[in-house]
Formats: sequence, structure tokens, C-alpha cells
Amino acid sequence: MINSEQKLKFSPLHRLQWEEAQQKYVILYPEGMVELNQSSAEILKLCDGNHTLPELVAELEAKFATSGLTTDISNFLTVALQNGWIQYA
Amino acid sequence: MAGSNTLNITPPRWLLAELSYKCPLQCPYCSNPLDYAKYPQELTTDEWKRVLAEARKMGAVQLGFSGGEPLTRPDLIELVAYARELGYYSNLITSGYGLSEQKIIELKQAGLDHIQVSIQASSQALSDHLAGTESYAHKQQVAQWVKKHGYPMVLCVVIHRQNIHQMADILAMADSLGADYLELANTQYYGWAHINRDALLPTREQFAEAEQIAQAFKEKVAGRMKIYYVVPDYYEDRPKACMNGWGTTFLTIAPDGTALPCHSARELPGLDCPNVKDFSVQQIWHESKAFNFFRGTEWMQEPCRSCDEKHKDFGGCRCQAFLFNGDAASTDPVCSKSAERGKIDAVIASARDAALAAEEKPLVFRNSRNSKLF
Ligand code: SF4
Ligand code: SF4
Repeated sequence: MINSEQKLKFSPLHRLQWEEAQQKYVILYPEGMVELNQSSAEILKLCDGNHTLPELVAELEAKFATSGLTTDISNFLTVALQNGWIQYA
Repeated sequence: MAGSNTLNITPPRWLLAELSYKCPLQCPYCSNPLDYAKYPQELTTDEWKRVLAEARKMGAVQLGFSGGEPLTRPDLIELVAYARELGYYSNLITSGYGLSEQKIIELKQAGLDHIQVSIQASSQALSDHLAGTESYAHKQQVAQWVKKHGYPMVLCVVIHRQNIHQMADILAMADSLGADYLELANTQYYGWAHINRDALLPTREQFAEAEQIAQAFKEKVAGRMKIYYVVPDYYEDRPKACMNGWGTTFLTIAPDGTALPCHSARELPGLDCPNVKDFSVQQIWHESKAFNFFRGTEWMQEPCRSCDEKHKDFGGCRCQAFLFNGDAASTDPVCSKSAERGKIDAVIASARDAALAAEEKPLVFRNSRNSKLF
């Protein structure tokens, strides 16, 4: 579960990068790479040390003119936290 | 160059730049070719830059600077900076020998993403013996600096019969050094490891015990340290999916500019591996005979040809097939479906006899004097 009070940031031990050849965002780390779909990349880009989970949800819901994203985003961030891609700021 | 074929060719993702065969260490399991002393030429800085740029343009993103010892190249910082500019995620694969704190800082500023330090064993005496050079104390220091300067710390220990009894201590050492990743690489028997196999291959019991210790530890440090465990394929009944498929993902460039589909491919006959001095990376990847040789499944023989697992392991390792069967297109003898599996079992038995013998065979260390014998 993600703590809604705390801001999230991307791990300094990983790198999030746009790959022109693959036309997608990837996470790079020692000897490995994860390819991201569009929505995962959008979520991770907001893990910049300035957003908590609710803030991040609000921003994405506004951006994509939709609602009810909390569960999906929270689930994805839980996985991201477990994998060490993000941290609490 | 041979004509291009109609296969759907995926672009390289991983570029291994073997900058130099020079190395101050003499590990008896080194994967460099036995006769590396025959290839003293090295690409110039500009040639390396061209290779980096061409491979990056095709889609390579993970970059390993390796060797030998990449720190022997005086232009390493310049190459690291250029790689960063191109957008590579760069890894320095080093013995740590001669690496100063100042250099670690400069490499970071140039944009290096991580440093993988190899340690030979958990005790000074054994580590220095295996490296053939006094280096253990400095490696420990290097590991601490790597951590201190904000790199993810990847510790690599090659496992074999001379150090497998230290598994518990090796894990404790990695933990106390604060490693973020620990690579426990069971020795793969090519190059120098191949000639030292009787002295390096652990027994089945030793493997089982070490693996159990490593598994238990993995659970203990979950979330804190990631462990990559390279399996000892002789004790499996299916081969490893070598290189994730020939010419699909990995590109190795040897110090003299020879492009290899796998870092041991230099040992395979008839490939005519091309050189980046003569062709662009694009031409090499798409059109060369070497990179097309074992692409896809057309080249396979039985039992692989009609096997429903051929897309999983691609018939195993070509170098291993050649070493055991004298035919690089044959089934990897590790596979229990191979008629040659008995050869692997014979090697296991031979190493076991050597382990139980009163006197161990001496190790052949990797150095230029020994290399000139091959
Ligand atoms: S395995 Fe040992 S000898 Fe071979 S390149 Fe690496 S550090 Fe040098
Ligand atoms: S027969 Fe060939 S393809 Fe089938 S499992 Fe064995 S090595 Fe793999």
C-alpha cells in the first residue's frame, strides 16, 4: 500500500528515459531494462519529489479528463515501490 | 558480406565494449580467449566513438565497458562522457585494480551509471591467490567508495570449487559492503575456465549446498539487495538460452574491433567475424555471415529441429556445442535430449575425481606468458 501523506520520487539508482528507437519509455538499472507502456510512464514521470499519491491522481485525471484512477495508480505504484523504482521523498 | 536474409531482425540492445585485453589480474576462469595475446591491437578513441554512436542509433541502450581491465584505457573517461551524451546506460565492469577515489568521482561526473566490482573470494588469502595479484584489500576499499559516491553497487563473485565453500561468508561480505546487487556467477566453462575445469567444477553436492545457502539469504535480504544467480548449466537438464538468441540482443566488440555475436564466439570456426574497421555496425548486425549464422531456427539439427522447446532455449550455447561435439550447430550437450549428454556427465565425474584426489592439479593463470602457449 502507498502512504498517501508522503511525496514520491524516482529512485536515484535507476534511470527513466525515452527511447527513440523503441518509441517508448524505459527504466534502466544495472544490467537490466524494463519497457513501460504510456500510462506507467506518465505515472512515473510525476514521481518527482513534488507529488503525493492523491496529488498525482488528481493531476493525471485532469490531464486525461477522466476519473476513478486511484486504484490503478495505487496498484502500479505499489509494484514500483517493491521493485525499487520509486521511493518516498 | 553474405547476403541479408529475410528474418525479422531485432536491433541490438546490449553493447559490450571490450576495451582492452590488458589486465593486471590473472583469474584462472577468465572468459577472454586463451590466445588473447595474439590480438594486442586496440581500437582508437575515435573508432570506439563511431561504434558507440552507430550501435546507439540502432537502439542499443545498455553499454558495458569491459575487457580485460577497462581502466587500462587512458581514454576511458572520454568514452564514458560520450556514451552519456548518446543516452547509454553505462556499466563499468572492473576488477577495481588501480581504481582511485578521484577516478570514481571523475567517472561519475562524466556520466557513468554503475560500477561492477568483482571480488574473487571472501578471504584475502584466497582472493589474492585466485587473482594472481594482491588486490583484495583495495577491492574492499573500492566497493566502499562506489557506494559513497552514489552509484548502485554491484558486486560480482565468480563461483567455482576453490571458493564455493565460502558461500555464506561471501554473502555476509556483500551485505556488510552494502551491495545493492550481488551477482553470483557460477563459472561458465569457456576460455580459461575450460582448461582449468577439473580444478574449478564443484561437485553436485557442493552446488546443492551452496544454492541452498544463497536461496535462504535471498529471502533474508529481499527488498535490500537483488541477487542474480547464474546457474551452473552442467547440473541442469536443459541448456541456457544463450545470448537470448543469436544476433537478437547482444553485440560484443573485442579490443581489436572484431564484432562477436557472443563474447566466446572467437573460438568458433567458419564465422569470419567482421571488424568494425571495415564495416558499419548496421552492416555487421544485418548482413554479416557471423551474425546471421545461428539466427532463427533454420540451422538447427535434430533433436532441436523438431523440439517444442526450441524457442525457449534456441538449442543452447553454440560455443558449448562446439567445445564438446566439434560441431557448433549441434544440440548443446547439456540437454538431456542430446545423444552427447554423457560427455557432460563424464566431465562432472572427472572433476569429482580430481576433487577427491590427494593432490589438486595446479591452476593455469590467465596472463600473457600462458596465453602465448595457445
Ligand atoms: S576475469 Fe579476471 S583476468 Fe579475466 S578480465 Fe576479468 S578480472 Fe581480468
Ligand atoms: S533438444 Fe534442443 S531445443 Fe529441445 S530442449 Fe534440448 S537443446 Fe532445447
